[in-house]
Amino acid sequence: MTAAVLPYVAVAFGVALAFALYRMVRGPGLPDRILALDTMYVNAMALLVLFGLMLDTVLYFEAALVIALLGFIGTVALAKFLLRGDVVEID
Amino acid sequence: MNGTLAALPAWADALCAFLLVAGAFFAFVGSLGLAKLSSFEKRLHGPTKAATLGVGGALLASIVYFAARDDAVYGHEFLVTLFVFVTAPISAHLMIKSALHLAGRDPRAPDIEARR
Amino acid sequence: MRRLVPAPLSSLALWIAWLMLNGTLAPGHLVLGAVLALALPPLLAPYTRPQPRLRRPGAIVRLAFVVLHDIIRSNIEVARLILGPEARIRPGFVRVPLALTEPQAIATLAGIITMTPGTLSCAVAPDRSYLLVHALDLDDPDRLVADIKARYERALLEIFA
Repeated sequence: MTAAVLPYVAVAFGVALAFALYRMVRGPGLPDRILALDTMYVNAMALLVLFGLMLDTVLYFEAALVIALLGFIGTVALAKFLLRGDVVEID
Repeated sequence: MNGTLAALPAWADALCAFLLVAGAFFAFVGSLGLAKLSSFEKRLHGPTKAATLGVGGALLASIVYFAARDDAVYGHEFLVTLFVFVTAPISAHLMIKSALHLAGRDPRAPDIEARR
Repeated sequence: MRRLVPAPLSSLALWIAWLMLNGTLAPGHLVLGAVLALALPPLLAPYTRPQPRLRRPGAIVRLAFVVLHDIIRSNIEVARLILGPEARIRPGFVRVPLALTEPQAIATLAGIITMTPGTLSCAVAPDRSYLLVHALDLDDPDRLVADIKARYERALLEIFA
């Protein structure tokens, strides 16, 4: 059953990624683009986990972990930059 | 394409498929909201909640699959799931704050409830 | 004991995270993880606020289940709103007055609000007297505020008391 649904699930995540890409290209504002990037990294991580399932290997978990960490830090840095015009504040 | 998938007990197979389908549905709907809705505040609701549950579903499915295959639980997926669920509200909070800031709207303004 | 393990909860969490990351219970990793778990919290202490005491583990578990249930409910709700016609969505801001005073407790509440039914926390008042919340579908602001206070804030008040 898992093997049967896996391709469709991967397509659904892929379409989700495409929707986010559309929002990133279209904008209109910078927060929209950050939000789209945030959604894209989350979906890319899910696709990577699915790929690991398809290949029957646990190797991709490490990559998922790295994407999760870097994606979050990227989102925070970009949002913080919009908010304050600076990422690391020294006072 | 999926000839490599290991044979699982029926319950694990069904649970895994259910989690995958549920996760894919929520991720899809979340991104649809991101593409479809007309204002940033509305758009923010879709991805922050639905995409998080979507990826959570995929990760849980993978936990179930590998737990049934190897009779062992891999810690990575748990950590990733936990991390995604803890960080999603933080990035959402920062994004809406920066959006309000860029739009020149003060979150402390007394009339903010009236504006839709 | 207190001087040897100044932050028992953080140390335990770090130790478990280390073992999960390495996916092993080998003696070498048990020791290395324990050393890191004991050494890191004191090194990070100057950069963080003092952590409040947590009590009532039962209340924490109960709150976790309530939140998990609400996350799933909220996702179905939001999915319905997104798939339906957009004109039916009536978003709006609402202010939730806070009884919590501990910054960590307010942060937890803000996180919970963001993850649950169609609501996002946007900002905290400078004096921590209210939380500005954006709701995707706001038909009864008073009920939403009462709901948040009854479901989450009461439990957090117990836990962080």
